[in-house]
Amino acid sequence: MTAEIKDLNEFRAEVSAWMKANKPADPGFLLPQTFMEVGTEEVLEFLRSWQRKVYEAGYIGLTWPKEYGGKGLPEAYQVAADEAMALERVPIMLNVIGLGWAGPLVLKSGTEEEKQKYLKRILTAEDIWCQGFSEPDHGSDLGNAQTSAVKDGDEYVINGIKIWTTFGNYSKYMILLARTNPDTERKYDGLSFFLAPMDVPGVTAVPIQKITGEYGFTETFFDNARIPASCLMGEEGQGWRVAMQTLQFERTAEGGQATRYNFTPVTMKDLLQTAQNTVRDGQSLLKDPIVRDNLVKFIMEETSLRLSATRAEIPALCQDYPFSLALSGKLRATEYFRRMRQYAISLQGGRGGLYVGDSDAVEGGFWQRAYFNNFSATIGGGTSQIQSNIIGQHVLGLPKS
Amino acid sequence: MKREMNYALSFDDEQAMIMKSAREFCKGKSSIQAVRELLDSDTGYDRKIWKAMVELGWPGIAIPESLGGIGLGVGSLIPIAESMGRYMLATPFFSSTLAAQALLRGSTQSQKEKWLPHIADGLIATVALLDSEDWGADTISCTAVESGGKLKLTGSKWLVGDAGVAELFVVSATFQGNPALLLVSSGHLSQSAIQRHTLIDETKRAFKIDFSGVEVEKDCLLDPTLAADTIRDILLIGALLTAAEATGTAAASLDNTVEYLKTRKQFNKLIGSYQALKHPTVDILNEMEAARSHLYHAATIMGEGPLSEDMEIACRMAKAQATEALLFAGDRDVQFHGGMGFTYECDAQLHIRRAQWSQQQFGDAYHHRKRLASLFFD
Repeated sequence: MTAEIKDLNEFRAEVSAWMKANKPADPGFLLPQTFMEVGTEEVLEFLRSWQRKVYEAGYIGLTWPKEYGGKGLPEAYQVAADEAMALERVPIMLNVIGLGWAGPLVLKSGTEEEKQKYLKRILTAEDIWCQGFSEPDHGSDLGNAQTSAVKDGDEYVINGIKIWTTFGNYSKYMILLARTNPDTERKYDGLSFFLAPMDVPGVTAVPIQKITGEYGFTETFFDNARIPASCLMGEEGQGWRVAMQTLQFERTAEGGQATRYNFTPVTMKDLLQTAQNTVRDGQSLLKDPIVRDNLVKFIMEETSLRLSATRAEIPALCQDYPFSLALSGKLRATEYFRRMRQYAISLQGGRGGLYVGDSDAVEGGFWQRAYFNNFSATIGGGTSQIQSNIIGQHVLGLPKS
Repeated sequence: MKREMNYALSFDDEQAMIMKSAREFCKGKSSIQAVRELLDSDTGYDRKIWKAMVELGWPGIAIPESLGGIGLGVGSLIPIAESMGRYMLATPFFSSTLAAQALLRGSTQSQKEKWLPHIADGLIATVALLDSEDWGADTISCTAVESGGKLKLTGSKWLVGDAGVAELFVVSATFQGNPALLLVSSGHLSQSAIQRHTLIDETKRAFKIDFSGVEVEKDCLLDPTLAADTIRDILLIGALLTAAEATGTAAASLDNTVEYLKTRKQFNKLIGSYQALKHPTVDILNEMEAARSHLYHAATIMGEGPLSEDMEIACRMAKAQATEALLFAGDRDVQFHGGMGFTYECDAQLHIRRAQWSQQQFGDAYHHRKRLASLFFD
């Protein structure tokens, strides 16, 4: 059986069947819906072994070259595998930053040595990766990052604070954006990009409690942390360009991810289930004309997101604004999910005010938690407002704000 | 939800060719000055342009080759309609196309052979389906009765497109208690029976027609067993074509807004740099793009014969999304032009007037969402 010649649908069915057969039993604790919700060692190790199992079955890293642990297949195979995982709602793939953005970056721009060293261990989840871009004072204004990297012999000395570091306390490596030159005319030109080890003295990752009450990322302090000079990716001063390339992967504006399955999908079907099971004024909410109209609007929006993802791959159907769909996907999808989740809570009556832990909460507080967590998507990776600026400027050609 | 959604969306070289030639044609023939020059003309369109369109074969593009057309199906109408909307090009294309689809789907073989080759050749035809303002009416108030070996009509129709120039009308009526479609040629209608509406969209021409007293031969009755399905399908195809046109106009309106935001200065800054204007403009882009995705999905799956439920869903979603997107675009087009936007001279008026027209044609957004809800939840 060579996967290369297998029909995609057949492959998708194979993955689905495997997922069905191998889906882990309920571990007795709440599994994360997104990768920003890994807050305990227990969850971490559970997901680490699950990712490894999926990798060994041959369902992630499909597009990566064989010599680095992949299978050298076209992107469509990974998309099919990801779809099958979403369909079966299996636990998410843990090592998102490695699989989704650091890995593709190394693959595209890294040296042979870097590829050998990092890629396979990303796929097996032996090395967890994190991202050090945002700083407490510089969230959306990434180009203004102030964490410093000063060269000292064959080392760089790192000082500063990074924030919103997903897996900060579990990671072996960080993709780090730091300032090697504080005196450049353009702030961007002083930045450099590092594949930095986290297990060196002077790095402290302090977990941050999220809006949901759980832990999921850290504030990461660098206090004279020394990393090898060979960790520099590209040249000094090229950090901004590399970071932008990384964001292309993060926002899935560019392919090459070992998987994109990093959240458990919450779809219209879930919302409709909730509406159907809810009785108001003596009848199911699915009989209420206003609720029905709102639900149809959500169905239309979800449908258009699916259709637009397909259309984005057909250049002839993207005339007028060629990059519009690629650049707006994140904004559209994350805002849709936020509104849809909020709407689900609004249908719950008195139970809408109950939270995870209350036995009367609708589906264990699933919607409340999903709504809160969704802010990580509308804020992280560039807020919706920043996305609108980018689209306005780069797609419509409007002047900078 | 009881059903699985259809997400098919593809595109082939033939469609690419149609899209390219439609865009080039409409762009070349319909500058905004040309659009404005036609606003107070009698017919609303330029006969030379219609003739050129006929020579390209567009009125017959979805008519089978065996009946004198090109045989590319309803999907091929989408890029043409979108381009016409993009450049606000007015012709009897929509009216003739809908009449042809009604004949194709609902008439006998001899009726098809008699009329469709002519329509493909540029004979102007139209449909008369609306009894008053209600696109959701479940009965047809216009009636046909047998009288002296002929069929005699009673009742009026609203918003009959291009009736001033149409030679053939496909008219819905209740006949023997059931929905029916009849063919009426323009010779049967007196001048006083055709009354032009004053439309909010001055690029369009539509008429109120009193068919009372018109008598036609029995062979003008379309196949009665197909009438109900045909009426339903024509209303859906009409909605889809309106959606395609509206999506094109939404893009035109967006461009008009963007152009102003890039050139107009206030407080020494280009107004497009203000996020209060920039972000809603991005929202317009996104709504227009969503409409395009619905539209091309519909173009992908539309086919011959009675419309499937997937096709019905695609038409309704496209209509609900596209005309809402155009309303949003046109409304903000006016507002963001400030004082200029309030003038007749500003092109924003063309877009918002089109928006108000399109939203009502073949059922408004709520009308379609209501029917989608029934398909999904009942």
